[in-house]
Amino acid sequence: MSQALKYALYTGCTARESTPELLKSTLAVAKKLGIELVLLDEASCCGASHLQDFDDFLSLVLNARNICYAEQLELPMVTICNTCQLNTAMTKERLDSDPALRARVNEALSEVGLTYKGSVSVRHFLYALIEDYGLDRLKEHVVRPLSQLNIAPFYGCHNIRPSQLHHKMNQTHESPYVPTSLDQLIEALEGKSVDYDHKNKCCGFHVDLQAPRTSNILTGNAIIDAFDNDADLMVTPCPLCHLNLDVKQKAALKTINREAKLPILHLPQLIGLALGCTPEELGLQHNVVEVPFI
Amino acid sequence: MTKITIKLFRFNAQTDYLPHYDTIEMEIDERKDVVLDVLNRIKWEHDGSFTYRRSCRHGICGSCAIKVNGRTTLACKERMEDMIALFGRELTFEPVSKKRAIKDMVVDKGDFWAKYAQVKPWLEAPIDEHPKMEHIIPPEEAEKLEESDYCIQCGCCYYACPVVEVNEEYLGPAAFEKAFRFVADVRDKAKRERLEIVDRLGQGVWDCVKCFECAEACPKHIDPIGKITKLHNEIFQEGVAKSNVATRHAVGFKHSIEKHGILDEGHLVAYSEGFGVFKHLPEAFEMWKRGKIVMPWQMPKSKKLDEIRKLVKIASSVKF
Repeated sequence: MSQALKYALYTGCTARESTPELLKSTLAVAKKLGIELVLLDEASCCGASHLQDFDDFLSLVLNARNICYAEQLELPMVTICNTCQLNTAMTKERLDSDPALRARVNEALSEVGLTYKGSVSVRHFLYALIEDYGLDRLKEHVVRPLSQLNIAPFYGCHNIRPSQLHHKMNQTHESPYVPTSLDQLIEALEGKSVDYDHKNKCCGFHVDLQAPRTSNILTGNAIIDAFDNDADLMVTPCPLCHLNLDVKQKAALKTINREAKLPILHLPQLIGLALGCTPEELGLQHNVVEVPFI
Repeated sequence: MTKITIKLFRFNAQTDYLPHYDTIEMEIDERKDVVLDVLNRIKWEHDGSFTYRRSCRHGICGSCAIKVNGRTTLACKERMEDMIALFGRELTFEPVSKKRAIKDMVVDKGDFWAKYAQVKPWLEAPIDEHPKMEHIIPPEEAEKLEESDYCIQCGCCYYACPVVEVNEEYLGPAAFEKAFRFVADVRDKAKRERLEIVDRLGQGVWDCVKCFECAEACPKHIDPIGKITKLHNEIFQEGVAKSNVATRHAVGFKHSIEKHGILDEGHLVAYSEGFGVFKHLPEAFEMWKRGKIVMPWQMPKSKKLDEIRKLVKIASSVKF
């Protein structure tokens, strides 16, 4: 087999605060698969697609700085949050295609002795796993097939849209209208992927504070669509989607006047279950909607 | 030739209580045909009463938008080859908004136009009634419009937007795109007025969920969400921004990054909400029980925080 894979992991903030289970399970899965992850502890928040609304240049400089630390390690960068992926990839794309902007950003970065070079790739861990490790190889490590489970994939906007950006960053040219990567991953773990209309829709997380009703309806609609299509659980590669789907599930369903209970797993939690990781290793005790099938 | 099956939405608001779907099979030349060719053939060869809007056939009039397998599509521009590659040979044709359907593919676009009108989609400028030449702007100024003047008001972005679907007040991506078109125009004198309209909570840009559906849907590749971001920036730069939960949410990231490098989630919610923070307590308690809340004294910090603080100081370009 090919040599061991090694990445610089940009954890994002959520994985270190409100979704500690995401970081735990990512590290547990990487260990099982022999993938080495070097944590970028120097990194700052990406601005979560809100800082740029206030101060675009500051957002660019901070994201460029984060990439600089992966460049120093000479390692491809992986993210575990769709919105971190969007902000980091968008920064990379803008700096790589606009020399004048890159020069301005580098002028600021030079004040702290850094230079953005554009020398490393930026991908979500989901795509690094599919493109570099391969689903066939992943299959070989499955010790607890998920064959009893109907699993609803929830892709999350910022991994698949804007598709132009996604296509530039990944070899997997996912269609934002018919995404397949999570479905394929579920099948590789021998689960049954649930087909439902909301799999590529928005959860509304980004307006949680200013427009909770909008956010609750979008989240509720997604959960209930999966539930009505016989899903036993839902999986998402994005911790922000996870916060809405899991922590706010009760409130969201109340807003749309429906009753249901659907466990929501982070992507590495699902993979970890199939690889035989323990519930503790996967941080399942942190999930608000209980995960009963262990 | 390729054989396809179309599931076609049929509805007549004057006679029908509920819509139904016709199933139509036909052979098409997928390399040559666009979606509009198929709509024409349905009318000519299958049912003359089938109704849809179309006019120019050149992606200019913006009449012929429909949904193909849920995706808003300008019928005269989209090639059947691409639709088949995306969705296969069984395709569903529906109007852009089923709940606004009048007859088959024709919808009542009144909501779209009413919101469009709210942003004053015209140039506000002192007009010389007897000009000697056109009122032109130099090329470098025209570039600042970032092709926002290419919009054909087809509604593809608007009817793809999930917020439009659930919030009747929300002006939507097409109106914002148009607001930006004049906000960015050096000749326009109503910049502040327009920014105040799109700044209003509930109807304005702060209710955008950042899903990028509009960017995917736009047949002219105008990138409406990119324009929405620019409007956010202008709202701050022009001093239109009021202190509210949405503006504090955007600014709060800077404060957090300056203090910890990474985001202080709890503080961000408290800072954004002010007294409103109390409504989050039941949720916060659930999270605390599950070990999802980091206490202020345990708040992690980025390494090399001094570096981050220095960059925040020198790279900040906006005040609030």
